[in-house]
Amino acid sequence: MELKDDLKRGLWDQNPIFRLLIGLCPTLAVTNSVINGLSMGLATFFVLVSSSTIISIIKKWIPAQVRLASYVVIIATFVTMADMFLAGNFPVISKALGPYVPLIVVNCLVLGRAETFASKNTVPNAVADAVGMGLGFTWALVLLGVIREIMGSGSLFSIQLLGNWFQPWLIMVLPAGAFFTLSIVLGLINHFSGKKGEAKHQH
Amino acid sequence: MKLILIFLSASLVNNFVFTYFLGICPFVGMSKRVETAISMGMATTFVMTLTGGITWLIETYILNYFGVPYLRYVAFIIVIASLVQFVEMYIRKTSPNLYKTLGIFLPLITTNCAVLGLALFAILRDYNFIESLAYGFGAGVGFTIAITIMAGIREELRFSDVPKAMQGPAITLMVAGLLALAFMGFSGFLTI
Repeated sequence: MELKDDLKRGLWDQNPIFRLLIGLCPTLAVTNSVINGLSMGLATFFVLVSSSTIISIIKKWIPAQVRLASYVVIIATFVTMADMFLAGNFPVISKALGPYVPLIVVNCLVLGRAETFASKNTVPNAVADAVGMGLGFTWALVLLGVIREIMGSGSLFSIQLLGNWFQPWLIMVLPAGAFFTLSIVLGLINHFSGKKGEAKHQH
Repeated sequence: MKLILIFLSASLVNNFVFTYFLGICPFVGMSKRVETAISMGMATTFVMTLTGGITWLIETYILNYFGVPYLRYVAFIIVIASLVQFVEMYIRKTSPNLYKTLGIFLPLITTNCAVLGLALFAILRDYNFIESLAYGFGAGVGFTIAITIMAGIREELRFSDVPKAMQGPAITLMVAGLLALAFMGFSGFLTI
């Protein structure tokens, strides 16, 4: 039962992007198309799940004074793996994401889960939490990518959806559009979830 | 001349916050008051300038020399973390007043993705040592400008009537979007 709670938490109640507002840099930077958002989400998912697993396994042997440095080294190792995997198998995506893949190292979501959850819980719980958070992060990125790609280019997964009558909103694929989209999505979520949601935003 | 171009490009045209979305966490978290924003910006500028230089040295004389470029991310993040720690100790020793002002912000700079991003971008663009320093300084100044403007707007925002659903982070991001639009005015100003 508890495992299920850990898994579900990241999907909505404590969704890293819409609720906790952490890991925003890649969220804003790579969601100009669905495919970029999805790849970024999956790369982060991989790093988050692997590092949380390892950290919860070896948490007993990490001295408290150097724990953050140890976490960062573990995370950086998995990020290097993800980066090389993308560069080797999906060079186009790897190029589009550019330095944002290595920047997963300093994504507050990954380090945050390591510090607040994986280092204090058993392995199955840590894995469940990481999977939930990773999926929550991924779907949020995909949602923003869908909105921005449809409005900014009139397409989805690079397939033209809207006809010639549609004048693409160039602003949506530019940096400013990223801020606007996330802001409006947050506003809508606040509006529909009422006071309960607002209280949780303050962290 | 090229140094000036790099500086202007990093601080205004390709502002780290508004075009690369780097350093959004402190940008949103630390921009409630102008004074804290300026302190945070200055501390970050200091660390970024040093990072630009030191990561270049590491990349050129250690990683490339030994042929281990895959250790880059691990090496850089360790360097940045120890650099921040070192800067903190140095400031505490030499200027207790400045340390008091910056104190709590210093450790946070390690997780500011603009710092690691800066190191990676400088490598990507094949800058030399001096250019990396100029790039780091420019990026830091750009971050300071961005966070200070933001804090100024947010201080005014407290007195305005924001719709309930948009209060908090939502309106902050909206303002950031408008600022990003404004900074787009610099694009085409110079190319590098």
